[in-house]
Amino acid sequence: MVGGRDMVEIERIFGSRIGRVLEGLTDKIAEINQRYAEPKITMSPSVKLALLLLRLYLVFLVLLLAYKFWTMLG
Amino acid sequence: MDFGSTFFYKYRRFVKALKIYLLLAGPGLIVMIADNDAGGITTYAATGAKYGYNLIWFLILLGPVAYFVQEMTVRLGAVTKRGHAEAIFDAFGSFWGWFSFLDLALVNWLTIITEFIGMTAALSIFGIPPVLTVIIVSLVMMGIVFSGRYWTWEKITMVFCLINLIYIPATILVHPSVSAIIHNGFIPNFPGGFTGELFFFLMANIGTTIAPWMIFFQQSAVVDKQIKEKDIPWGKVDTVVGSVFTVVVAVFVIIVTGTLLYGQNINDAGAAILAIIPVNSYAGVLLAIGLFDAGFLGAVCIALTSSWAFGEVFGWAHSLNYKVKEAFWFYVMYFVGLITAGCVVLIPRAPLVLITLFVQVIAVTLLPAALVFLIILLNNEEIMGKYKNTLFDNIANISIVICIIILSTLFGISTLFPGILGW
Repeated sequence: MVGGRDMVEIERIFGSRIGRVLEGLTDKIAEINQRYAEPKITMSPSVKLALLLLRLYLVFLVLLLAYKFWTMLG
Repeated sequence: MDFGSTFFYKYRRFVKALKIYLLLAGPGLIVMIADNDAGGITTYAATGAKYGYNLIWFLILLGPVAYFVQEMTVRLGAVTKRGHAEAIFDAFGSFWGWFSFLDLALVNWLTIITEFIGMTAALSIFGIPPVLTVIIVSLVMMGIVFSGRYWTWEKITMVFCLINLIYIPATILVHPSVSAIIHNGFIPNFPGGFTGELFFFLMANIGTTIAPWMIFFQQSAVVDKQIKEKDIPWGKVDTVVGSVFTVVVAVFVIIVTGTLLYGQNINDAGAAILAIIPVNSYAGVLLAIGLFDAGFLGAVCIALTSSWAFGEVFGWAHSLNYKVKEAFWFYVMYFVGLITAGCVVLIPRAPLVLITLFVQVIAVTLLPAALVFLIILLNNEEIMGKYKNTLFDNIANISIVICIIILSTLFGISTLFPGILGW
């Protein structure tokens, strides 16, 4: 049987390990975001237009998915 | 030179070229054959059962479409020495990078579940319980990447690619009418007119021909195989051969179900096999082996695609040329992806049909982005140099990409809202 004190000890050990893993992951994501903060490709008008259309397309799809979710709940 | 000398010279040249091809063959062949995964086989089986041989011509047209898209990944991988996930982060920044990466990870994991659904359905025909299938398959999938050499993995996988040709003997066993295949299958026609249902089937076939994971897989495989710029022509040949294989397999599946199940509504490949076994047990068994092989190939390639992408983005060692201890996280992601997906199939009353539909919808959100990024990158002279798209490449690729985006979006919408587009 695992007693109350043992449980506290397990939580302390695993909690701190999970905390370290999450902290490491957060740091890594921040590092990736910093490394790729600026797009390296030349933003010509055609590239800008393509990316804008892509954003609009994705917003449209997200709205469709949200509508589907809403109708399913209804 | 006399005839004998000329013949011998040409023969030696051919053998030399074949040897070089066999050395460099792999990414194009594997990605194209793995494209005929469990979901693909289901689509072809349903198409054959519903429309007989009448849509064979359409599948033949999809061969060049797949080639044009995948050929771009060969050039991009060989020139940049980077996988597609890393290329997107680098060129378009972290927003588009995270979007593509997370979308890819999700859609890949869901697709691996559908591969396990296909494999368990195929082996259940031989009386093998799903639990045993998942355990054995997972162990074999782990085993084939353990060698620490890309070359070994590739050659083992190519054996599984050859098994995919099992649909050819299956077709011979069902004695189809060759004249009916030629008359109905090779002359473009829309059986019963251009109805909404037919359009849905056409879109489903396009959806199975070009999938987002294929773009990421082939580019990463080209990098892992260390294909150089001078090898690009061979990479293109490899992709052509692969696209021929993928069409051949698709056509033979359609012929089998078109011969034995014509006029029936089939929802999954497992159901098609169960319907075929009472009519022709040998053909049914071969189809079951083929379905298992298709799911296996798909799962291995898709799990690897995710692992490569994780490695590229997080900066971990990510190559099949590394041993497990040298690229620990690369292999962990591969195993975790496979095992968790396999376990989902074993959950009682898991919403497997919903997962299959969800895959189609989520894939629609990633495919246009991956294709647009591909076109932009291939047109950038700083990145591609003399290997950038030519005018012909752009006309062909941009037309294909626009058609795929429109049709896959309509397919996604009709999956999400059945009947909204009038069918």
